[in-house]
Amino acid sequence: MDALTDNASAILDGFWLTIQLLVVNGIGALVLGTLVASLRLSPVPVMRAVAGLYITVFRNTPLLVLIVITYFGLPEVGIQLGFFTRISIAMSVYTSTFIAEALRSGVNAVPLGQAEAARSIGMPFTMTLTQVVLPQAVRATVPPMASVLIALTKNTSLAAGFGLAEATFRLKGLVNDYATERWVIFFGIALGYIVIVEVISFGAARLERRWRVA
Amino acid sequence: MVAMRGVQKHFGALHVLQDIELDVAPGEVVVVIGPSGSGKSTLCRTINRLETIDEGSIEIEGRPLPQEGKALAQLRADVGMVFQSFNLFAHKTVLENVTLGPVKVRGVAKADAEKRGLELLERVGVASQAGKLPAQLSGGQQQRVAIARSLAMEPKVMLFDEPTSALDPEMIKEVLDTMVSLAQGGMTMVVVTHEMGFARTAADRVLFMADGRIVEQNTPEEFFTNPQSERARDFLDKILKH
Ligand SMILES: Nc1ncnc2c1ncn2[C@@H]1O[C@H](COP(=O)(O)OP(=O)(O)OP(=O)(O)O)[C@@H](O)[C@H]1O
Ligand SMILES: [Mg+2]
Repeated sequence: MDALTDNASAILDGFWLTIQLLVVNGIGALVLGTLVASLRLSPVPVMRAVAGLYITVFRNTPLLVLIVITYFGLPEVGIQLGFFTRISIAMSVYTSTFIAEALRSGVNAVPLGQAEAARSIGMPFTMTLTQVVLPQAVRATVPPMASVLIALTKNTSLAAGFGLAEATFRLKGLVNDYATERWVIFFGIALGYIVIVEVISFGAARLERRWRVA
Repeated sequence: MVAMRGVQKHFGALHVLQDIELDVAPGEVVVVIGPSGSGKSTLCRTINRLETIDEGSIEIEGRPLPQEGKALAQLRADVGMVFQSFNLFAHKTVLENVTLGPVKVRGVAKADAEKRGLELLERVGVASQAGKLPAQLSGGQQQRVAIARSLAMEPKVMLFDEPTSALDPEMIKEVLDTMVSLAQGGMTMVVVTHEMGFARTAADRVLFMADGRIVEQNTPEEFFTNPQSERARDFLDKILKH
């Protein structure tokens, strides 16, 4: 256990960085993903096509490849940003495609009659969307959103390969330094990730219960 | 109140509405009947422009239906619609369903809308359910809430598209009773229904549709006892046998 207790503060620092990556990219992906989803649902064909292309390209490229592109590519073309930002751009863009698809399926899960009822009491298009369709779509989206965030939590570990000292980076260091306590270190770090994922699942389950409609 | 002139509509190759001429006078109750697929729902939905038309004109109180946009939204607020599948807002309570339109569309103060909403729920007999979500109500209760939701907008005319077809027999009566009392209160109504009891008690006129055309129209008494067209006789034979 010495490996964990002696390095508690380094490990906690690592998880703090993991959580920062999670929060920053979670919010980034949510904003981008909402934008892309609204393009994807727009009545204008060009917008739908642009959003479709964005999703196809960025969802089907491995995250590691995207990070390599932003990490090495951006400085190459004269854009100077820190490690954290370069990695986060790739991570947010990648994750946003999953958010966009979750939102789109959520909107499609709302029966057409809901929008028709809203329109027939005189709601204009945007009000129909904000008052009736989106609130219900978001509910239907909670479970897939939670899955996206859980995947993101684990994906943040890719940052370890690019000089960010988050949890997995600490793990690599400790495994080298404490050759006899490797299992303890593995389980200790895994436990940290499990806690984060459980918090997300718990939050999602609560939201689902609070927002249920039947 | 409602005037349709030379209305044509196609769904691809299908000519669903053909040469529709229809006038509904203020306070009049028109029942639309006809075989499945004859275009009854489509007719109903063109009146508040949930479906667009290809040719002809539709006027409400002498004003042509506006294009999609703000003016159309305003007009829809004046035309109530009750659907076969109720379509209550699933994420809102019964009372919120009835107040959402007045508050958001008409700009009525929330407290006033709630007071009026409770009165309307009282009137359709579901006031005790005000705090529940739609899914917790029976079909008949849901449909009565849907009627109250329409009434809350103080519509000039109300459209009903088979409002009782999705209901169990014992719930049909409670909804029809609500509609009869509306009709007696002077509401202008266009009602797609096969409930002949309702047509006989409440309708001023029955309109029979087949293959996208209005084939025949008459008073309920005349239509049911003495249908003029072959199509109408066939149809009445079939539904009377069941
Ligand atoms: N959105 C649509 N796209 C294509 N065809 C449609 C659409 N809506 C209805 N139709 C077709 O138009 C015809 C008329 O439909 P409509 O729903 O108006 O009939 P209806 O008289 O209400 O029938 P029912 O008694 O079954 O409700 C049907 O053949 C139907 O399949
Ligand atoms: Mg129909």
